[in-house]
Amino acid sequence: MRAFFAAAVAWLAAWPVWAENVTHFTLDNGLEAVVIEDHRAPVVVHMVWYKAGSADERRGKSGIAHYLEHLMFKGTDSMAAGELSKTVSANGGSDNAFTSYDYTAYYQRIAADRLELVMKMEADRMRHLKISPDDWQTERDVILEERAQRTDSDPGALFGEQRNAAQYLNHPYGTPVIGWRQEMEALTRDDALEWYRRYYAPNNAVLVVAGDVTPEQVKALAQTYYGPLEPSADIPPRVRPQEPPQLAERRLVFPDPRVAQPYVSRSYLAPERDPGNQKEAAALTILAEVLGGNPQTSVLARKLVYGSGTAIYVSAFYDGMAIDDTTFGLAAIPAADMSLEETEAAIDTALAEFLHEGIDPAQFERIRTQIRASEIYAQDNTQALARRYGEALTSGFSVEDVQSWPDVLMSVTEEEVMQAARSVFDRRQAVTGYLTRPAEEATQ
Amino acid sequence: MIRFVLATLTVLSLTLPARALDIQQVTSPGGLNAWLVEAHDIPFTALEIRFRGGASLDAPEKRGAITLMAATLEEGAGQMDAQAFAEATESLAAQFSFDVDDDTLKISARMLTENRDKAVDLLREALTNPRFDQVAVDRVRGQVLSIIASDEEDPNAIAGRTFRQLAYGDHPYGSSLNGTAESVKALSREDIFDAKARVMARDRLVISAVGDITPAELGVLLDHLLGDLPETGAPMPPRAELGLAGGVSVVDYDTPQSVVIFGQQGLPMDDPDFFAAYVINQILGEGGFASRLMEEVREKRGLTYGIYTYLAPKDLAETWQGSFASANGKVAEAIAVTRAEWARMATGEVTDQELNDAKTYLTGAYPLRFDGNGQIAGILAGMQLNHMPIDYVNTRNAKVEAVTKEDIKRVAQRLLDADALRFVVVGKPEGLDTSASN
Repeated sequence: MRAFFAAAVAWLAAWPVWAENVTHFTLDNGLEAVVIEDHRAPVVVHMVWYKAGSADERRGKSGIAHYLEHLMFKGTDSMAAGELSKTVSANGGSDNAFTSYDYTAYYQRIAADRLELVMKMEADRMRHLKISPDDWQTERDVILEERAQRTDSDPGALFGEQRNAAQYLNHPYGTPVIGWRQEMEALTRDDALEWYRRYYAPNNAVLVVAGDVTPEQVKALAQTYYGPLEPSADIPPRVRPQEPPQLAERRLVFPDPRVAQPYVSRSYLAPERDPGNQKEAAALTILAEVLGGNPQTSVLARKLVYGSGTAIYVSAFYDGMAIDDTTFGLAAIPAADMSLEETEAAIDTALAEFLHEGIDPAQFERIRTQIRASEIYAQDNTQALARRYGEALTSGFSVEDVQSWPDVLMSVTEEEVMQAARSVFDRRQAVTGYLTRPAEEATQ
Repeated sequence: MIRFVLATLTVLSLTLPARALDIQQVTSPGGLNAWLVEAHDIPFTALEIRFRGGASLDAPEKRGAITLMAATLEEGAGQMDAQAFAEATESLAAQFSFDVDDDTLKISARMLTENRDKAVDLLREALTNPRFDQVAVDRVRGQVLSIIASDEEDPNAIAGRTFRQLAYGDHPYGSSLNGTAESVKALSREDIFDAKARVMARDRLVISAVGDITPAELGVLLDHLLGDLPETGAPMPPRAELGLAGGVSVVDYDTPQSVVIFGQQGLPMDDPDFFAAYVINQILGEGGFASRLMEEVREKRGLTYGIYTYLAPKDLAETWQGSFASANGKVAEAIAVTRAEWARMATGEVTDQELNDAKTYLTGAYPLRFDGNGQIAGILAGMQLNHMPIDYVNTRNAKVEAVTKEDIKRVAQRLLDADALRFVVVGKPEGLDTSASN
């Protein structure tokens, strides 16, 4: 069963391929655009990604990137609040937006012959947002409800937030994207407008259009609607406070009466993918697959689930797509009669054995087979491909970086994976966390 | 200016699907039926297999057996133990998944053209010759028990379980398909074999395929893959009696935000009024930011992050349901607004704009679903499960278009009843009147 930590195994499906159908151009005002052709269905996905995420927020204003994302649906000089979504919906489409540490993105999925309609509206709100004095407080209530639903109601999410805060001593990746509640409560319309004016401009955005379109069509439309928008002259550089040397391991215990299934997690500070230099990140990506990718055949599954029976589930995860240092994570759910301490010890023993034994060549070959196959399967999901390009380009990567990624993965050797493992598993840079029930109930 | 452009575009109508979707009925030499869309542009095939009955075919006292069985299918077959089976799957870069819901057991397969025969051999072993080794059953049982334990403390799961119990009582729909800790612990290896025999039979099979495969190839594949399954399984479970009455049930749970599920009687998909109800639901609560409930509860009042309603026409019972979450101090108001909107919708009064927007959304969104082989294969399986004709994709939008304001009025008045709406609230709601609850 694969019910836990589903996100950890998503990496295989998302690899970009199909370079021949990807076109890239930049408008005079600095808007970068990527077009991905897929003519199998009369559908188009239109996305605008901004190079502004929660890690770019000023201290004390956590959540402003996400709050502004909500307020972007509140109208412009020529559109009423909510009109964009209603118009998309009345045309059979769907729309939404999402915010992360390094980017904020807006998208519509709609019949290909309605691309012009959505592009016109998206371009309009890039420079002409209007937030009426009536809307902003209600919307702040909405983001507080969102936080309550996604985070405060879920001990696992609260635990993740605390672990992340402990992982980063200085970098804003330690602050949750949605924001700390007390800071969210104090966000204002002026904060949102200041954020909007600082970051929302064509020369700070990436347009991705994927589906039943041609690059010529997209270029002409983009020229018409995004072309006239003024670039901004003073977009701040994305220089965030960096991590100092991490010298002391951090350990957290988070008891919550709502926890039914305790687990242990460990994260290590790890290098991110770098534009033009993706080799180490590729090795770490494969390391995660070797250690915890497959619930039956991965190293940790063999040792902890099938071997000693210490755990009922193990996972390893790494996502290198980030501007600054990221993390390499491990997690395990103990078997019914095992404690978190025993489970953690079993993980460490397994890691030590792995560093000694090296990689099973047969497993390595199977992983390479799947890397190749993922290029075929990925062609079936254009929207995932669009997200991959948007995420990469707003994180400082080039189209070439994205397209060479499968080759970089294929070029990684077993020795490079082991080298990455030896380098990343440094307990001084690690956070170990126990999610558990409060003490008096922990014995059950 | 923008409004003008929108008005022009909205009157365009989409033909369906705009790319011809050529669905072929394939009958294998051995007599198995499948729907196929040939798509040779990507060298893989998406295959979807469904067995009707799903977890509702659990034998008495064996709740959870079919879920545990389905989760153990990939844990060893023929000469292979769990890890050997997984290694073989990885070596072929095939993707298999096994899942169960109240009405179906679902198997999804993605197979590369270059090694499809080997992938089918492998899947065949899992479907016809699973080992269900005691050690594998016990290992997966541990995972299921962990999920059951987590659900005991998860407000969403508690709300769902409470609503099911109220709605369906002792019928299988009335309890979690995972079973209880007690029922799952008691399942033997024989129970797992028996569970397989109850549900995985040829007389309840639905098959669809989309991808790089011809009808002749598919026929041979299916006979090899499924031909050796038993002809019949357990009799289908009876229809479920809906036991819902109006009111509010509160499950006390210490959490800052209350989770709410609400619902009343729905209607089956073959009801002549189904499409009118479908349009009503779109206006009421399924239209994302365009729906009345989203407008009133979220946009105007900020009482929730999201509120949605949906028609749930299951095989053996039908409900009209919805859900949201609100801070404990706000949930009473959110429920009051929801109930008021339900009552307003029950009058059947909608504006021309609302009706038109709902119809253009539903007709416009339909063809957008058909993107991707895996996606299309899933839709074709669903159509067959719901006994739709093979040309349904070409007639479906006309049925939406045909819904009139008079239909909306008649059907809303016939079906919707705010007094019959049952709310289940999990949390510490403040100021909530539960006097009507039982």
